[in-house]
Amino acid sequence: MTAPAQGGVKSSAGARLATAFRVLLPIVLALLVGAVIILALGKDPLTYYGYVARRGLLSPIGIQATITRMAPLLMIAAGLIVAFRAGIWNLGVDGQFLLAAVVTAALAPVLVTLVPGWLMILISLVVAALVGAAWSLIPAFLKARYGVNEIITTLMMTFLGIGLANVLIKLPFNDPNTTVPQTATLAVEDRLPRLFDTTIHSGVVIAIVAVLLVHLLMTRTAFGLKLQIVGANPRAAVHAGLNVSRLTFATFALSAGLVGLGGAIEVLGVWGTVRADWNPAFGLLVVPLVFLARLHGVAVIGFVLFFAVLMSGGESASRRLGVPTDFVLVLVALLLIFLALVEFLDHRRRQATKA
Amino acid sequence: MPGLFTVDFTTALIFGAVTAGIPLLLAGLGEQISEKAGVLNIGIEGMMLFGAYTGFLVAFKTDSIWLGFLGGAGGGMLVALLMAIFCVWLGMNQIVIGIALTLGAEGLTALLHHFQFSRTYPRLGAIDSLPLPVISDIPVFGRALFDRHPLVYLSILLVFAMAWLFRNTYVGLNLQAAGDKPAALDAAGVDVYLTRSCAVLATGALAGIGGAYLANVGAGLFLPFMTNGAGFIGLVLAMLARGHPVWVLFGAALFGASLALTTALQVAGLNIPTDVVQMLPFAMVMLVLVIFARHSYLPPALGLPYVRGER
Repeated sequence: MTAPAQGGVKSSAGARLATAFRVLLPIVLALLVGAVIILALGKDPLTYYGYVARRGLLSPIGIQATITRMAPLLMIAAGLIVAFRAGIWNLGVDGQFLLAAVVTAALAPVLVTLVPGWLMILISLVVAALVGAAWSLIPAFLKARYGVNEIITTLMMTFLGIGLANVLIKLPFNDPNTTVPQTATLAVEDRLPRLFDTTIHSGVVIAIVAVLLVHLLMTRTAFGLKLQIVGANPRAAVHAGLNVSRLTFATFALSAGLVGLGGAIEVLGVWGTVRADWNPAFGLLVVPLVFLARLHGVAVIGFVLFFAVLMSGGESASRRLGVPTDFVLVLVALLLIFLALVEFLDHRRRQATKA
Repeated sequence: MPGLFTVDFTTALIFGAVTAGIPLLLAGLGEQISEKAGVLNIGIEGMMLFGAYTGFLVAFKTDSIWLGFLGGAGGGMLVALLMAIFCVWLGMNQIVIGIALTLGAEGLTALLHHFQFSRTYPRLGAIDSLPLPVISDIPVFGRALFDRHPLVYLSILLVFAMAWLFRNTYVGLNLQAAGDKPAALDAAGVDVYLTRSCAVLATGALAGIGGAYLANVGAGLFLPFMTNGAGFIGLVLAMLARGHPVWVLFGAALFGASLALTTALQVAGLNIPTDVVQMLPFAMVMLVLVIFARHSYLPPALGLPYVRGER
């Protein structure tokens, strides 16, 4: 493979160039392999990529759709960064996200008749965060009290949460006026306000602020440092006098609460309702992005943006060019593999120069 | 509800439980091998789905269900080979690569299916069964359990074969050492990379056969995204079983039964949302965990790449 050739460049410009190279090379490689696949399917890769770029990034409507898509992904990324930095494998994102979304969708249309709009949104967001956090309570308890592995418990809770969300939509929260089971719909004018004259809702701002705040929390505060110590070495954390079980609860609550906020923002900003069997399954997509950003809150914004471009551009392209959206999944998989590969080769090269 | 628990209903329920449980059993057993050797194989969902696709395709083209299973094993191992190269030999992040392989398998199989069959979903013919003498005539569950495709019997035998392998052979010990203390295994002169690679490939083969069973026997056709989390359930089963294959069998039976109950209740005309029944096994296991929680045992080196000479 082609590892970055320039060894030992110390200048900051050189370092920046190397970083850009580390990010751009995998993208180019993934697009190249993807092009081969498109060719094999009998389509023209250049037309496809051009169309995706135009509809996902370069056209005003496209870029707005792309940025709107980033909001839930960024909130989930914020939640995952907290958990992963504290050494907790919160793989139950989808259940937390969906339950919070469903509760928001049921609550908001009722609340809006009782309180002013801004208060409705505020209450909905708080409740969604609490619902998300509540759904992580059992895994948190089992982890803190008995050390039960949270990969198992959060995965189980996510399957449970998806089922419960659907039951809630089909039974208590069902809107009787629709044929497909779904919750009552929040009117467009009651949803999160749009930014200026765009279709982008203000939830995107909340999400970006959340990611940045989480980054500052984890890297610049005593609380964040404590969580990172627990993540790096729980036994050392006990010896250092940290209350590990309380910190474990805090990590789960914060992580799942942020994910729950993401669910609320997606409902309040975009859909206004949740349909039965709706499950965007963002968790599986965001987990690798967070790893590739090395749990860094600023870097993850870039990865999420790139991914959102592929998603919204790819959907337009599937309608126009007949390349199914499934191709985007292949492209993301290739990108993840090449990013990890370049990262690995770079790591090995640096170790070799150190030795 | 008169007539709900009739003989026919019970037989159909057990029959369905076996059909739904076998893919979970194979995935769970496969994942257990990887986990024992220290590889957290999140790519198992992708291996299963790819095995379902290749297994269906081979069975469809050759009209042979056995070649179909072979094709499923091959498809699963193909994905597993990538996992072994990236995560065992190069030591790259197992979670990132595992999820990437799952996403890639989802996209690729859907894409290939789209361009081969467009929007049609061709079906396979009926599957032959092998009735075991005498016991298949037992009323109620005889036909449901002992008049099945031979792969069902082989899968059950595999449970006990694996239990024996883990306990009584060097292969089992090597696997365990690769997950518990890879450096010690290396010092004993056994190749850690090779041990782990073989474990991952075995996982791929079993998950692929499980996927092929899901497509060829369970559904009789291939649908994009058809595994729908079955691989992850297998992962949960393997972790809950704490290294004992027999516990994977119990878990697969429990989950299989509840999946079958969903369809059986619908057939019986009971109007319960399917989601409620599908939640039952997860709720049950969570309840068991809360009541009987103990420290779960996982191999200490699980998820960590082995780098020779590094502490």
